[in-house]
Amino acid sequence: MLSCKQATGLMSQEQDRPLTVPERIGLRLHVWICAGCTNYRRQMNVLRAACRRLGSGGTP
Amino acid sequence: MEPDRQQELNAELQTLRPDLLRFARLQLRDAGAAEDAVQETMLAALLGSHRFESRSSYKTWLISILRNKIIDIIRSQSREIPASSLADDEAGDDLLTASLFDQRGHWQPATQPGRWADPEASFEQRQFWIVFEACLDHLPEKTARVFMMREFLGFETDEICKETGISSSNCWVVLHRARMGLRTCLDTKWFAGAGA
Repeated sequence: MLSCKQATGLMSQEQDRPLTVPERIGLRLHVWICAGCTNYRRQMNVLRAACRRLGSGGTP
Repeated sequence: MEPDRQQELNAELQTLRPDLLRFARLQLRDAGAAEDAVQETMLAALLGSHRFESRSSYKTWLISILRNKIIDIIRSQSREIPASSLADDEAGDDLLTASLFDQRGHWQPATQPGRWADPEASFEQRQFWIVFEACLDHLPEKTARVFMMREFLGFETDEICKETGISSSNCWVVLHRARMGLRTCLDTKWFAGAGA
């Protein structure tokens, strides 16, 4: 079973490269039972969305 | 283009100059280079205003020009990052990691990520972006450089490796570190605080 620390590494890497099948399965299982990592994963997407927004001049 | 419209755009260009400068400084962390990039962008915008189609916002158009200028600057300078210099950035990272996880690598009870309420609503607030930029600025320099190349300038990781001379696994570690630092900063300074 992945630790949260390992899971956060994969949640970052999934933003940069396709994860391997074992990595994907391991991460899915972990996130399924871990509320902290479920939130962390959403937050990775928020960071990307915020960067896109700032980088396209779409900020108020 | 009508002369009136031209004047309007020129005035808007002046108004947007501080925004452009802030963006360039954030990306380059070098006031002189940022100033150059903005000057060139403003010149290109003045000369090329007939190419601006009002389907997008003027600011979006300017930022896209500026982004290309920044990419040119990064490509032209030697931006090689010696692996040893990344070690400086790592020291702070170890502290962060130790504060977030216990010895078995699980979240500490106090640091387990909670839900971020309605990020889209935050995106509409000026104050949020001040905090966001401050958090970006707070990242260690080399970590920030790699993160900016990836998230703002649209580089793929193999291009970052080529430009900076670091390995792809190192690159992933650096990006992970950047995201973790940025997330923690935003969490503390905005989402968990009074901002949201």
